[in-house]
Amino acid sequence: MVSQKITINNPQGLHMRPAGVFAKAMTKFDSNVNIIFNGTKTNGKSLLNIIGACIKCGSEVEIECEGVDEEEALKTAIELIESGLGE
Amino acid sequence: MAKGVAASQGYGIGQVIIIKEASLDFQRVTISDVEAEKKRLADALDVFMEKTQAMADDMKERIGEKEAEILEGHILMMQDPEMTGQIEGAIENEHINAEAALDQVCDMFIQMFSSIDDEMFQQRATDVADIKTRMLKILLGVEEVDISAVPAGTVLVAVDLTPSMTAGINNQNVVGIMTEVGGKTSHSAILARALEIPAVLSIDGIVGKVKNGQTVIVDGTEGEVILEPSAEEIDAYTAKRAKYLEDKKLLEKFRGKASQMASGEQVELVGNIGNPNDALKVVECDGEGVGLFRTEFLFMDATSIPSEDEQFEAYKEAAKNLDGKPVIIRTLDIGGDKAIPYLGLETEENPFLGYRAVRFCLDRKEDIYKPQLRALLRASAFGNIRIMVPLVTCVEEIRAVKAMVEELKADLDEKGIAYDKEIKVGIMTETAASGVIADLLAKEADFFSIGTNDLTGYTMAVDRGNAKVAYLYSAFQPAVLRSIKRIIECGKKEGIMVGMCGEAAADPMLVPVLLAWGLDEFSVSPTSILATRKVMSQWTMEEAKEVADKVLTFATEEEVVAYLKSVAKA
Repeated sequence: MVSQKITINNPQGLHMRPAGVFAKAMTKFDSNVNIIFNGTKTNGKSLLNIIGACIKCGSEVEIECEGVDEEEALKTAIELIESGLGE
Repeated sequence: MAKGVAASQGYGIGQVIIIKEASLDFQRVTISDVEAEKKRLADALDVFMEKTQAMADDMKERIGEKEAEILEGHILMMQDPEMTGQIEGAIENEHINAEAALDQVCDMFIQMFSSIDDEMFQQRATDVADIKTRMLKILLGVEEVDISAVPAGTVLVAVDLTPSMTAGINNQNVVGIMTEVGGKTSHSAILARALEIPAVLSIDGIVGKVKNGQTVIVDGTEGEVILEPSAEEIDAYTAKRAKYLEDKKLLEKFRGKASQMASGEQVELVGNIGNPNDALKVVECDGEGVGLFRTEFLFMDATSIPSEDEQFEAYKEAAKNLDGKPVIIRTLDIGGDKAIPYLGLETEENPFLGYRAVRFCLDRKEDIYKPQLRALLRASAFGNIRIMVPLVTCVEEIRAVKAMVEELKADLDEKGIAYDKEIKVGIMTETAASGVIADLLAKEADFFSIGTNDLTGYTMAVDRGNAKVAYLYSAFQPAVLRSIKRIIECGKKEGIMVGMCGEAAADPMLVPVLLAWGLDEFSVSPTSILATRKVMSQWTMEEAKEVADKVLTFATEEEVVAYLKSVAKA
């Protein structure tokens, strides 16, 4: 399992659009992807659960990937968040 | 008449069509063939994706990319592995039919979103509810209501318009919208505005109050509906509607254009606002910034002095809403005429000549003025903020404020807190004295903004609220015009910006005169921005100068008004 902490910088947090970009990209990996925020794990491939996690701008989250392609999945996740998730 | 939320401007007169959803009742049954039920679900999902994509494509083409995003979001939600996985799981483990499985999983997500007290999450709950309805329709084989086929002149009435319903709305047929739920930022409101269909939302029990075919009036500007209009009311609103559409068409031509004269001279055209939210209105009305942000609201709506942090958040929000465009923020302009108990102001015999505005603030440095100026400086790191001092009558006042600003800057530097080091501190020239000593003040202030409302009152020594003397209250009085001209000239001589934030800046009779005298910035109410831009475009500098010179030859207000009326452009 690999993981990394990162800060969300989307102005309105992880709402529909950025959450959709994230979930869609993560679905392509075989590994399980979780977003850990405030001690709660959220399925990183589930748009609805990411939105429901209420992750606001400036929040620090931990991305956790586990599976055959975990390194690649984590790298993609971090790069996506750093690039602003399409916003 | 009934009242609701004014969600989309304009006036609509037409016949009611009530949009009622067909019954989506279903039985929760135990199934024996799990695979067959999963296949039913998969087939319904395929149909859902296909239909939704088609609606999104149509919306994108007819209305816009942004509106289509909502529907594309629905597709993403239905592709969510947790959504489909849990529905399938319920079919497999509980041996229930697809309808029941869908219903319980969707309800769980609706519950999750509705429990968060935030409009954005309420919208997501609406999205999931809409998805559920459409999926149930597909599973149950219920026909969708085809809103695109309603006759011309229809006023749609519904409990709520779901995104999938609004997708079928066409402004050729639909002249108005009334619903029982939804606010200014709901899907229905956003779509109504994009399609320019007048809409009044959140009208209590409206579906039960109207019948199909009944004529109604929808006033989306005021947020009112007239359910049984008289012939006179219909005539009045027909005229209102025609005028609204005509004005709108003419003014829309000026959106996105520079604020300039027919001969090419450009000025700044900005808006007056009273709270940070209004800043968005300025942007919506195509303003180039904010020329007057009154900070009184922060103090009037409070029960104790608003803290530096509270003020900082408000100023920062306004600056961010304007996205780098200038925001002139006026420091507290308050006195004994306003009852704000926690400020401890005494009732005065002459509050307008008394302890108020900058005089009060300079006396209450520690608890009032320093926190406000510090909040303004901190907020200046987030946009283009300028500080404006009201009611200045002598040079000492602006000097004292500037010294205080410097002192606060040094403190912020020491603590490493960011602010705009070049922040401008200007004055509102609105007293008789400021007109007379404009030459001296121009050497101290970074800009002037002429507050014509108070300048008129103080110059003419008249209370506009006193009917016996109100006739003297006019910006067209030769005394007021001479004062305005002097303030502009003195400012120009020192090379500082001179603006105007009183009502006169939007007066079509005065605009050419102000342009000719060289006013740099016009700050008007946001709804007057496009109209003022239009007036500016109608004059060449040569014509305006001729009018401005002539105006000074008249000795009375009556002559000035008569002349300006005679030359005003339609």
